[in-house]
Amino acid sequence: MITELGHFALILAFLVAIVQTVVPLVGAQKRWSGWMAMAEPAATAQFLLTAFAFGALVWAFVVSDFSLRVVVSNSHSAKPMLYKISGTWGNHEGSMLLWVLIVTLFGAMAAWFGGGLPPTLKARVLSVQAAIAVAFFAFILFTSNPFERLAVPPFDGRDLNPLLQDPGLAFHPPFLYLGYVGLSMAFSFAVAALIEGRVDAAWARWVRPWTLAAWVFLTIGIALGSWWAYYELGWGGFWFWDPVENASFMPWLLAAALLHSAIVVEKREALKSWTILLAIIAFGFSLIGTFIVRSGILTSVHAFANDPERGVFILAILAFFIGGALTLFAARAQAMEAKGVFGMVSRESALVVNNILLAVSCFVVFFGTLWPIVAEMGFGRKLSVGAPFFNAAFTPFMVALGLILPLGSMLPWKRGKLGKVAWSLRYAFGLALALAIIVWVMQTGRSALAPVGLFLGAWITFGAAVDLWSRTGRKGSLSRLMRLPRADWGKAVAHSGLGITMFAIAGLMAWEVEDIRVARIGEPFEVGGFTLTLEDVRRVEGPNYLSTMGTVTLERNGRFITTLHPEKRDYPVARMPTTEAAIDYRFTRDVYVVIGDQQADGNWTMRTYIKPFANWIWGGSILMALGGVLSLSDRRFRVAAGARKTPSTGVPAE
Amino acid sequence: MKRLVLIFMLMAGPLFAVQPDEVLDDPVLEERARELSKGLRCLVCRNESIDDSNAELARDLRLLVRERLVAGDSDEEAIAYIVDRYGEYVLLKPTTSGANWVLWLAGPAMMLVAAFMGWRFVRNRSTARAAPVEAKLTESEKERLRQILEE
Repeated sequence: MITELGHFALILAFLVAIVQTVVPLVGAQKRWSGWMAMAEPAATAQFLLTAFAFGALVWAFVVSDFSLRVVVSNSHSAKPMLYKISGTWGNHEGSMLLWVLIVTLFGAMAAWFGGGLPPTLKARVLSVQAAIAVAFFAFILFTSNPFERLAVPPFDGRDLNPLLQDPGLAFHPPFLYLGYVGLSMAFSFAVAALIEGRVDAAWARWVRPWTLAAWVFLTIGIALGSWWAYYELGWGGFWFWDPVENASFMPWLLAAALLHSAIVVEKREALKSWTILLAIIAFGFSLIGTFIVRSGILTSVHAFANDPERGVFILAILAFFIGGALTLFAARAQAMEAKGVFGMVSRESALVVNNILLAVSCFVVFFGTLWPIVAEMGFGRKLSVGAPFFNAAFTPFMVALGLILPLGSMLPWKRGKLGKVAWSLRYAFGLALALAIIVWVMQTGRSALAPVGLFLGAWITFGAAVDLWSRTGRKGSLSRLMRLPRADWGKAVAHSGLGITMFAIAGLMAWEVEDIRVARIGEPFEVGGFTLTLEDVRRVEGPNYLSTMGTVTLERNGRFITTLHPEKRDYPVARMPTTEAAIDYRFTRDVYVVIGDQQADGNWTMRTYIKPFANWIWGGSILMALGGVLSLSDRRFRVAAGARKTPSTGVPAE
Repeated sequence: MKRLVLIFMLMAGPLFAVQPDEVLDDPVLEERARELSKGLRCLVCRNESIDDSNAELARDLRLLVRERLVAGDSDEEAIAYIVDRYGEYVLLKPTTSGANWVLWLAGPAMMLVAAFMGWRFVRNRSTARAAPVEAKLTESEKERLRQILEE
């Protein structure tokens, strides 16, 4: 019964979305305030209906309603409750429903908190947002309906893929989707502004929080996914340049570019048409990401044929929205004349360079990701583009970005002197260089990767600190530092997060120690200064799996550190083995132990890694996200929120 | 990421990537073998090098690389030997031959184009006269302004 109600609510939401697309748009064109005002209750209704449908699906998973096809394919009655719930979005149908739920949530939030927006702009934004929702409602209802029933329900389900039964991955998709879909708000604002024919500082102030929020969610989502890969896949890789990863990374790069260029629009009324274009393209990449993941085109060109209907549908959505928006852009971009005047050396120019580097690096990732298809279709060559290509082609842009970041972020608006900024950064530069040289000398004979990474990381982080300190005035004082606007803090925190992540990636790649061996029970062995002993191996039974669990003691210089329990699990229902690495997390290094098969002589294969600064990769990502949140909570945005209330009290009753 | 997971599902058996019995006695040769393995794709996996992969086929390829190195091949010869048999699909780092130069040059070329456009834009902005402050307010904005001033 609840299932049918959920299905019905979804169809109703689809109809509401259609109405919300048409009526406010016409109203805005004709200046009919009644028609425009209709967008707000419609957005709320759309969200509530979709939320009900989603809730119905979650309910079906929670009570294990095996008359639903998706529940049968992705759940099992013995599964822990957390994974029953997260199983809702651990499959194609459910994840698309989550996607559209977030589209409607953002639309509703624009309706609730958009009081200060000019009425026509608001109506148009909500209309465009509803149009996106219409496309995805249709996609769900016509190609991948989660509420499909089975005529003969089986006794139990087929269980969720065990690799997905993990807290890190339970929350990875929702965050990514919040990010992808957050960019739909920037898109809606961009298209609405194009229809309106007007972009100004106020517009940028409205777009920036949405973009910032989307970027924060993407950062968290990507970091969660990479952390999961690190501890779950059994050899501690954290980034594979896999097409599906690239699909989430490209919108992240563009969102980063967009939130910087929107600053220029907000403060200086320049870069308007570029910002609009970027907003369109960034959402385009979110759709491309969805297309890549959902169609499976990049797994192999042939997998596309497995589900052509879904892939073609998303491609059509992509073509309609991005093609339409770009056409509109071509027709209207002339109207967005720039106003601000600035010198060659200025914050504006530095942000232009930032945007160039981020956009071009995104282009490199995009080109590399799609090249195998182009080569196969165009030249009949079946080839691969893997991590070595991306490491070589992508990294230079990030190095360049890291080099100019501290300088650019301290340049004054309008006109600046490079020498002056460089002089104020002399200590940061000197310290970073000294650190790099010390490390270079200490690790004689190894690759330059770690010193370069350390230099960049330290340069960015110290540079961010100098920048923050300089904001307190000529003398500088601690109490002033604490009273700085949160946007300043956000900038410093996010930038130093980037520096820390850059350093950690370089350090991990350069200094990792690996050991593969057959371990004899009770016989200690040395890896990178640590002494490990495999004490024993037992069979253990978990809630829905069987485990082979080793007990390993970890010592250093005869001093006991900890006991680790690497596992090999077997999930009988899903018929699939997983490895559960045991990791001793510490501030400056992880010890990562994996147990393998038993050899004929009764001993066990073991892999041990010493991974220096592994945690710093995710620590840096958390700092980046935290910086975004700090900036989002800045007074400027909150004051704008307070200002919204004035019209409702100021306008006399009509 | 979910696709990635599928691969791991397809990979049969809880084998390890490099097995202890594969490791060569000569540490220099082994080091070279590991480096080469990192650039070769496991054919039945998705976007994984044979160095990372657990699949049987990856193991066969790893053993083949070591065999060639022990037989005295240089790195290039060993790679050429494998590409001969498995096609260029095994190379994770595409060659620069044929149309592939487009792939390698796309990034730098785009950088030049973007840098030129950015430079022109910035130069344009730095020589432009400050636009006169526009005093064009719409009727509703004037009304709103009046309200704010009166408050």
